[in-house]
Amino acid sequence: MKIGVVTFPGTLDDRDAKRAVRIAGGEAVSLWHADTNLHSVDAVVLPGGFSFGDYLRCGAIAAQAPVMQSIIDAANGGLPVLGICNGFQVLVEAHLLPGGLIRNEHQHFICRDQKLIVENVDTAWTNGFELGQEITIPLKNGEGGYIADQETLKRLEGEGLIAFRYSEVNPNGSINNIAGLRNERGNVVGLMPHPEHAVEPGFGPDTAAAMRSGVDGLTFFTSVLKQVVNS
Amino acid sequence: MPKIIVEVMPKADLLDPAGKAVANALQRKGNAEISNVRIGKRIELHYAHTPTEADLAAAKQIAADFLSNGVIEDVVNVTVEN
Repeated sequence: MKIGVVTFPGTLDDRDAKRAVRIAGGEAVSLWHADTNLHSVDAVVLPGGFSFGDYLRCGAIAAQAPVMQSIIDAANGGLPVLGICNGFQVLVEAHLLPGGLIRNEHQHFICRDQKLIVENVDTAWTNGFELGQEITIPLKNGEGGYIADQETLKRLEGEGLIAFRYSEVNPNGSINNIAGLRNERGNVVGLMPHPEHAVEPGFGPDTAAAMRSGVDGLTFFTSVLKQVVNS
Repeated sequence: MPKIIVEVMPKADLLDPAGKAVANALQRKGNAEISNVRIGKRIELHYAHTPTEADLAAAKQIAADFLSNGVIEDVVNVTVEN
């Protein structure tokens, strides 16, 4: 199973994402922003960072990159795509997910282990979770405030397109505590927090059991591998 | 240099943190008469020739599709400047 991880100029978390893929049991394939060839991957991760320096708007220039034209076409055909943080912003700017992300309400960059509630498990990237499960993965961003107009919000809530909500604390002012979304088909998921930073004991968030032992992020990657095998 | 100027502003009902920070600083400096500040973008598109009607129409499309995000911003002006 090959999972492609895209590198744009300014991407930071591509290596962590590739590592997460390998730990989950997949083969990680590097995809380059200027190359339209997706190298026959079975799924794609758009990792976090500051693509193109966050110029214009976060994710806006990356959404126009040659590789994104291939990814948009493939996603519309059902290819699983996960956008993490800046990758979520790219998905929104590429119109694969609705709404927008603005600067955190309190204007501070935030970096914390964040509790989330899994709101939807009918997706390529969340099928290994239990509905309503509480998970903890790192969150680190400056522009993570999710917004959408009332009509879009009503559709997101009504059609079950919210994949994750912030639990206990809303860290950035996102409406309805939205941390992540899915598309109608369930192959595209985007979220601000970082599952790829919680995949290996010793390097994840603290848990009740032990310091840095949290591996809740691994389920994103095992979910997609399971889905690809079954399809 | 002939140009088309595109002006983009954050939507009126959205928090503009940069504008708010500047407004707070102005208040501290004693400019009590300034009640609010909002900060947008001015983008210049340069042309080798005087922009035509078609160039202006294309620029308006670019402004709507790429230079702004309709969810969070409004294009308030697209004008030719020779």
